[in-house]
Amino acid sequence: MSLLADIVTVVAVCAGALFFLAGTVGLLRLPDSLSRLHALTKADNLGLGLIVLGLLPQAGSVLAALKLVAVWGLVQLSGVTVAQVVAAALRRRDGPRP
Amino acid sequence: MSLIDILDIALALVVLAVAGWTIAARDSFAAAVGYVAYGLMLSLVWLRLSAPDVALTEAAIGSGVTGVLLMTAAVRLRRTSQSGADASLRTATRIAAALLCLVVTGALAAVILAPVDIVASLAPAAAGHLASTGLGNPVTAVLMAYRAFDTMLEKGVLIMAVIAVWSLADDRAWGGRAGPLSRGPADGALGLLTRLLPPIGIVVGIHIAWAGADQPGGAFQGGALLAAMALLVVMTGLVKAPAVASRWLRIVIVAGPATFILAGSLGFAIAAGFLAWPAGWAKPLILVVEAFMVLSIAATLPLLVIGPPQRPPAGRDTP
Repeated sequence: MSLLADIVTVVAVCAGALFFLAGTVGLLRLPDSLSRLHALTKADNLGLGLIVLGLLPQAGSVLAALKLVAVWGLVQLSGVTVAQVVAAALRRRDGPRP
Repeated sequence: MSLIDILDIALALVVLAVAGWTIAARDSFAAAVGYVAYGLMLSLVWLRLSAPDVALTEAAIGSGVTGVLLMTAAVRLRRTSQSGADASLRTATRIAAALLCLVVTGALAAVILAPVDIVASLAPAAAGHLASTGLGNPVTAVLMAYRAFDTMLEKGVLIMAVIAVWSLADDRAWGGRAGPLSRGPADGALGLLTRLLPPIGIVVGIHIAWAGADQPGGAFQGGALLAAMALLVVMTGLVKAPAVASRWLRIVIVAGPATFILAGSLGFAIAAGFLAWPAGWAKPLILVVEAFMVLSIAATLPLLVIGPPQRPPAGRDTP
């Protein structure tokens, strides 16, 4: 049982780290601001989601697990808002995209 | 060298790199953003040093509130001068500032790197008397019992800072509200966040302040979270900044230090002296003082960001 939980943790956290890596590469390599924003939100969204999922079996108590899920939810909320605000600021500066 | 050592060294290098980037940034707004990233990285360093209380404070105050303060200042400076503040600095001033920073950094490095024979630590004494305070978190015991006087003076400094900001007000605006920080009530995603986040943030802030008695946390960290929620609703235009003449605002600002002084004065009557908590009553008194301090911190920090009053008070019906 414990081995199974550890396998879930390693697989999910590694997959989450991969999404963060992909998001960072996208942030550095993609040509325009909106695309870079797109790459960044994927890292936040799926990367952190998978890492939280992987940490859940290690949480120890239901309360600790709920706290982890709450952290993920709050990062989702702020991440999506920041993406919208940055995109709106870009739109104001550059005008609507062709 | 173990894997964890390599991660620690990498973390230290990232902190140095972000610090260097922040100093080198040409745009003051970009530098403020760099400073926030630097603070978050630094709070990870504090976590690695097993100091979660300091890490929380660094993230909430050092990175969060100070970051907002610097960003707001950068935006205001951009509005007042086209060329930016940097151009007006003479070369001599820059060299003097750089020299001063080098001297401070060098002195700090000399102190830390100097070989020491005996590490004078008060940690065993602090842990040994923990039971007499009724608290479970030694950091809170240092702040609220062993070094309560210092903490009380810190709160006084915060009030001084608010007075200094308010005294920048124009005569006609005195007693009125600070100017709007945004174009109007935010809509879309930001408007939704402004309505969704404060209830959660208020609960978490109170939780962190309450948990500070026995776990990492405390009045400053919890108060900073409440301050962030207040800033969110004021900066997005959902709620107007309070008028500086408002009586309730002033009461909230002084509530923390005033309770501190009153509770401390109790020590004259029923304990050894000022700020000496009577045996058996230490924890309840500390919790009462902390509760009012959270209120004052939550009111004071946003007022520093919001700035001096800019709009004249509307007649006599100022709330």
